[in-house]
Amino acid sequence: MSDLRDLYQEVIFDHNRNPRNYGVLDDANRKAEGFNPLCGDQITIYMIVNNAGIIEKVSFEGQGCAISTASASIMTEELIGKTAEQAEEIFDNFHTVVTGGESDADIGKLEVLSGVKDYPTRVKCATLPWHTSNAAINQLDEPVTTE
Amino acid sequence: MQTISAPAAFDVAAVRKDFPVLDQEVNGKPLVYLDNAASSQKPLQVQQAMNDYYRHDHANVHRGVHSLSQRATDAFENARTKVKDFLGAASEKEIIFVRSATEGLNLIASSYGRMVLREGDEVLITVLEHHSNIVPWQLICEQTGAKLKSVDVNEAGELDIQQYQALLTNRTKIAAFNHVSNALGTINPVKQMVKLAHQAGVTTVVDGSQAAPHLAIDVQDIGCDFYVITGHKMFGPTGIGVVYGKQALLEAMPPYQGGGEMIKQVSLEKSTYAELPAKFEAGTPDIAGSIGLGAAIDYMNEIGIENIAAHEHALLEYATAKAGEIEELRIIGTAKDKAAVLSFVIEGIHPHDLGTILDHEGVAVRTGHHCAQPLMQRFKVPATARASFAMYNTFDEIDVLISAIKKAIKMFN
Ligand SMILES: Cc1ncc(COP(=O)(O)O)c(C=O)c1O
Repeated sequence: MSDLRDLYQEVIFDHNRNPRNYGVLDDANRKAEGFNPLCGDQITIYMIVNNAGIIEKVSFEGQGCAISTASASIMTEELIGKTAEQAEEIFDNFHTVVTGGESDADIGKLEVLSGVKDYPTRVKCATLPWHTSNAAINQLDEPVTTE
Repeated sequence: MQTISAPAAFDVAAVRKDFPVLDQEVNGKPLVYLDNAASSQKPLQVQQAMNDYYRHDHANVHRGVHSLSQRATDAFENARTKVKDFLGAASEKEIIFVRSATEGLNLIASSYGRMVLREGDEVLITVLEHHSNIVPWQLICEQTGAKLKSVDVNEAGELDIQQYQALLTNRTKIAAFNHVSNALGTINPVKQMVKLAHQAGVTTVVDGSQAAPHLAIDVQDIGCDFYVITGHKMFGPTGIGVVYGKQALLEAMPPYQGGGEMIKQVSLEKSTYAELPAKFEAGTPDIAGSIGLGAAIDYMNEIGIENIAAHEHALLEYATAKAGEIEELRIIGTAKDKAAVLSFVIEGIHPHDLGTILDHEGVAVRTGHHCAQPLMQRFKVPATARASFAMYNTFDEIDVLISAIKKAIKMFN
């Protein structure tokens, strides 16, 4: 049996209580919505991507569990200053880790979410913000869903 | 219409022996199964009946002249009679075996709905409905040009009967509502609702999925035109459900699916259809499933549905009182008349997180929107946690639930 504290680390509670970069970005030039139809979670990602293709600002709004809120909050911190390609690479590595795949990639702060790998029902909570920001970067019009 | 024998003292420990699945550990803790509204467990008697059928009697029904086919047919039809008695229907012809409540509601919407609905007509549902009693009506309304209207609930989760009555107009053709809400546990005044609908000339469809495991049902007393149940929520197997329909309506309706068993004669140009209930049972049915459902009904009758209801009522009262002592907890759905469901939210903890933490304590509850998104929107919550009780649950298990909730609150604060 895995320890619940591996999933709910203190950092996760911290981000859940005080999510970073939370709210609407008025001058955003990228925006996407994501849904998890199974649990009703909903998230909107706002971004400012400059002419050089670099993410200058990211924010999120919505409702979700501690895992998805913390994942979104940490994600916004990680994405600032990155290009679309870099963002995609981080997501790939993160995805590999939370789905229990083999990876030696350094995922930095996102490591606190690695406990999710022992909770298959919660993986979508952790990845929804990422799928959504992916859609924002790529300016997909359809809302993203986890299903 | 059950015959009540002398009220045998209800013995939950004895009941639990019939459900060996309950006797296990989950995450190192004794399992506390409180997700019965999603699906209940099956007693050994049901498993045994299905096993015996496969072991001794299986063949296709209504086809062969050989002995096994006759035995299978007898067992299948015997199950139909048990369902007929359980629901208080007038005749076996009114009992259609389907795959689930979902298929049953789709059958009614497709066959009866398509037959009667014209552009400008209305179908009335309620905000308490499970998606399976919403979406089939949306589909048929789209196809026919009819309009879907909905009745609201008050803050307690009770239907607004005045609004219901006002929405029954001369355009309304069908009113569809559940007997018991899966998300809140509200017991709706179905007899009164049917009466009001009939006064307005409106046909009634009652979704009894959540009523069957908890209440004595008598469709003739309720007076409804259709009533739907699903086997796996009433201690029977998955894959089997029932549509009850008044014979005259079923006679008038076109078949839902075409195929074997439902025909009288087929030529390449045209077919004539079999008599009820076969007309609505195209293809090889779930024979073992129907036998399992019959065994589940026998089991409930043996325990006594009144005994089950009384035990569950006591559990619900106890759980409601205990939950009420937790400051951060808010119960969603506080109707006066409720069956076996405690739906709640906890300040500062998303239901999903709560579900994971409770699972760690061995407690299985459902978290999410319970296939009732319009209702979640109505109460302005994204989701709830739902503990739902069955005859085999105990007061001790509720204590485990409550202490697990307290643990979660402590962890999050
Ligand atoms: C009130 C109600 N109606 C219909 C259904 C659908 O039942 P099934 O999935 O067995 O078709 C459910 C199941 O969750 C329910 O609770």
